[in-house]
Amino acid sequence: MSDASFDTSCDTREAEFGDYFALLKPRVMSLVVFTALVGLAVAPVGVHPLIAFASILFIAVGGGASGALNMWWDADIDRLMKRTQSRPIPSGKVSEGEALALGVILSFFSCLMLALAANIMAGALLAFTIFFYVVIYTMWLKRWTPQNIVIGGAAGAFPPMIGWAVATGGVSIESVLMFALTFAWTPPHFWALALFTKGDYANAGVPMLTVTHGRKATRAHILGYSLVLAFVAIALGMTSIGGPTYMVVAVVLNAMFIKGAWDVFRRNDDASEADKHKAERGLFKLSLAYLFLHYGALLIEAGLKPYGLGGWG
Amino acid sequence: MAFKPDHELHKRRFGRNLGLGLVLIGFVALVYGITVVKVSAIYHPAAEAAE
Repeated sequence: MSDASFDTSCDTREAEFGDYFALLKPRVMSLVVFTALVGLAVAPVGVHPLIAFASILFIAVGGGASGALNMWWDADIDRLMKRTQSRPIPSGKVSEGEALALGVILSFFSCLMLALAANIMAGALLAFTIFFYVVIYTMWLKRWTPQNIVIGGAAGAFPPMIGWAVATGGVSIESVLMFALTFAWTPPHFWALALFTKGDYANAGVPMLTVTHGRKATRAHILGYSLVLAFVAIALGMTSIGGPTYMVVAVVLNAMFIKGAWDVFRRNDDASEADKHKAERGLFKLSLAYLFLHYGALLIEAGLKPYGLGGWG
Repeated sequence: MAFKPDHELHKRRFGRNLGLGLVLIGFVALVYGITVVKVSAIYHPAAEAAE
């Protein structure tokens, strides 16, 4: 047998295993895993550790599948923006067809497996999340409205609800408020970033609030959403999964967040340029800690409950 | 007869196949584990809910 069929022209762009993994947006997946884990852990119903592990894994795979479908649909604009040019499709390592196939197969696989491992409600919620992110956000609204960040944030906010559904098989005020926390957090988080980075969304035809409505309006939006966020965070603390520890964290962080949003709101671009966007950068950094600490406090409350310490007694 | 050294492309494809193989083995192990837990719960209902 000869090796005549072997193509000696080495295609250095041929994909490695890691390139397919990169299609699943591992960084986004880490937030999905963390918030879904919290949603599952704070639920009042116990879940076998292996079922919990498998459920979180399938939720992560579902999130990754929607990331792959997002990269498939957005390949045209990813080629235009510096930040995304090195992604697997624009760099030529993975074809658009491969990304589509991987995304579709993993979407069906993850929803089906989650429904089998946990329950149908959890599988259905995951299916809706993928549909919402891929069809409603990516295909429909992302390139049409400057509120795209708000819509996209909704898709990213579902994982704690799915985690809760894995344990309880349903939806409740606690899981809806966990959804609302991430939902209201996303706009100020991304718009604070947009105020100090010169993104090239405009070149790619994606309407960003800073471009369509101006930076002054973006500052006002940040403040508005910060107030909504504070209301949601405090309300979450009053439910069965809140408690004194969470409430202290929420009051302190939301006071800091509103102060940061107010500082961003009351100054103009000249002042912002003068100190290299100190307030905007500060608010963005705070927003990163904000979400992690809120969910972390919920975990602490759940961890203290077996010792009679967590919750409202 | 001397074999030619592996081409870089072969190594990359091997890595890809190995990665997929490990994922599949892990998936089989996971489904097996889930099955054991689910079946155990039928006979010992308390086993499914870990305290």
